Amino acid sequence: MDYFFNEEQQMVKDLVRQIAQDKVIPVRAELDEREEFPHEIIKVLAQSDLFGLFIPEEYGGLGKGAVELCIAVEELSRACLGVSTSYAANALGTYPLLLFGSKEQKERYLPDIASGRRLVAFGLTEANAGSDAAGIQTTAVKDGDDYRLNGTKQWITNGSEAEIYTIVAITDKSKGARGASAFILEKDTEGFTFGKKEKKMGIRASVTCELVFNNCRVPKDNLLSREGMGFIVAMKTLDQSRIGVGSQGVGVAQGAFEEALNFARHRVQFERPIIGFQAIQHMLADMAIQIEAARALVYSVARYMDSGAKEITKDSAIAKTFATDVAMKVTTDAVQIMGGSGYMREYPVEKMMRDAKILQIYEGTNQIQRNVICQSLIKEAARQGTKK
Amino acid sequence: MKIVVCIKQVPDTTEVKINPQTNTLIRDGVPSIINPYDLHAIEAALDIKEMMDASVTVLTMGPPQAENALRDAAAMGADDVALLTDKVFAGSDSWATAYALSCAIKKVGYDLIICGKQAIDGDTGQVGPAVAEFLNIPHVSYVSKFSSLNGDAITVRRLMDDGYDIVEVSLPALITVVRELNQPRLPSLKGKIRAKKIEIKRLNHTDINVPPKNVGVEGSPTQVKNIFAPAVKKDRRMLEGTADHQVEELIEALRCIRCI
Repeated sequence: MDYFFNEEQQMVKDLVRQIAQDKVIPVRAELDEREEFPHEIIKVLAQSDLFGLFIPEEYGGLGKGAVELCIAVEELSRACLGVSTSYAANALGTYPLLLFGSKEQKERYLPDIASGRRLVAFGLTEANAGSDAAGIQTTAVKDGDDYRLNGTKQWITNGSEAEIYTIVAITDKSKGARGASAFILEKDTEGFTFGKKEKKMGIRASVTCELVFNNCRVPKDNLLSREGMGFIVAMKTLDQSRIGVGSQGVGVAQGAFEEALNFARHRVQFERPIIGFQAIQHMLADMAIQIEAARALVYSVARYMDSGAKEITKDSAIAKTFATDVAMKVTTDAVQIMGGSGYMREYPVEKMMRDAKILQIYEGTNQIQRNVICQSLIKEAARQGTKK
Repeated sequence: MKIVVCIKQVPDTTEVKINPQTNTLIRDGVPSIINPYDLHAIEAALDIKEMMDASVTVLTMGPPQAENALRDAAAMGADDVALLTDKVFAGSDSWATAYALSCAIKKVGYDLIICGKQAIDGDTGQVGPAVAEFLNIPHVSYVSKFSSLNGDAITVRRLMDDGYDIVEVSLPALITVVRELNQPRLPSLKGKIRAKKIEIKRLNHTDINVPPKNVGVEGSPTQVKNIFAPAVKKDRRMLEGTADHQVEELIEALRCIRCI
């Protein structure tokens, strides 16, 4: 299928594929095995300007949109979801600044982010605030020209590796969700330390850890937007980033599919390559159908976002859910086609299957996505109703 | 400092097909790349540029489609790119190629010239050193490390069969480089976008004051009579056991075939 990428979009695709091929695929198994953050690859991505892809040109970026970011994420995910998670989480952490930062805040941080000099992380999740993000317990109390942060964030991608953190904390407990605010926090701020580093099932090249705030002082200049906007910042950020998770699904599914297809052409049983058997043919055909449908959906939504659409919650949730359910199904089937070989760590598909699972969970589980989708459906129906 | 890097566009395969009539390479239908050793030459130049005030011009001689190799070099970060292209250059051997390149290099100006140690298609390794001869400047081939560099001289490590030499050479000079020198960078996105639009200087034989009789088939003192892949001898024997035992066996085997 041709997705009619323009010349520069095709350049992004070619460049990231080359990086994935030369720099990621040769080391992905080792990074996974050793649960090691891909410092060298991050350096290459920075040198190739990929951290500036979606950052406006005035701040040193390339000023591209969701389509280009999805292309880059898809190609990285085709090689290694751990690496693409580290890359995509950087975008997730940057959106609060892009969407809600003041000119001064953008000037202070975006050039370093665009060049890849400083990595970013997004801190929303806590032990008691996962799907129910309103359960946040980290507090930020105004104290002179500062806020004092106390609490612990959990499962934060790029935690400890990132230099810049966007954090959601409660500034007014009495207001519930409307009492949350978003802050920019720099590494090495006094009172800000890192807790447990998680041991994960997959995406083990990405780092996931706790952020611990103990009377951590954040200057009031680092408040994003204004007090009480924390939830809106978080929800608008997730609206933007969700499509990236969808493109991760397309990428990892594509990677697993190619491995299975190649294996099936060469694996001989009953005196012929197993791709000659209809059972395998139908599985491969179903994988191809699902991947192409997911890709078409992801890039349609990305283009819709880039067109300046305001209401993107439902469509991005639809794309994320479909593409990541496809990723789980396709990677599982890739292991099945490859049989015992697929289950062995010698081949990459078992890792892809382990990695794919997180896509149905993070940045809003696919169950929460379905809630979000249906809430939009109800709203739309109600609007239709009032028209009648 | 003005650095000129000479590169060659080569077919992206080790399975090079030969035209049996002319005994030259058939390039049609084979994807082309920058000669891998030349990537190390470009990287070396860009490295120097990052350390000191320098400009990098990448030069190639070839058919019009060699433009693609130059755009790839620009995407890596070359400041200027120039293509030496003219029908009269067709069929040049390494002597005529080096002559044409040296005339073009005189035209663009230079302090340091960097080439890959050889091209993976022709494999002669002659063009770099011959360019230096035509320019009457010193050259050091097989450079695996830069030790120091200032405006007047450069100290490098030259890889030899039995070790290495440390050589100081005054500038202007030409060096040819080996893989061990560095790790060529990938292009950047901004570089690729810039490379798409970069103006490629095209030079023909009149631009560089080269009489047609000195280049092309006419200007080439060597002619390829035949190209063939050396036959692979498959009969080999691995000696096993202790070193002493292996030596005894080896001496015996060499005696048998009357080598000693």
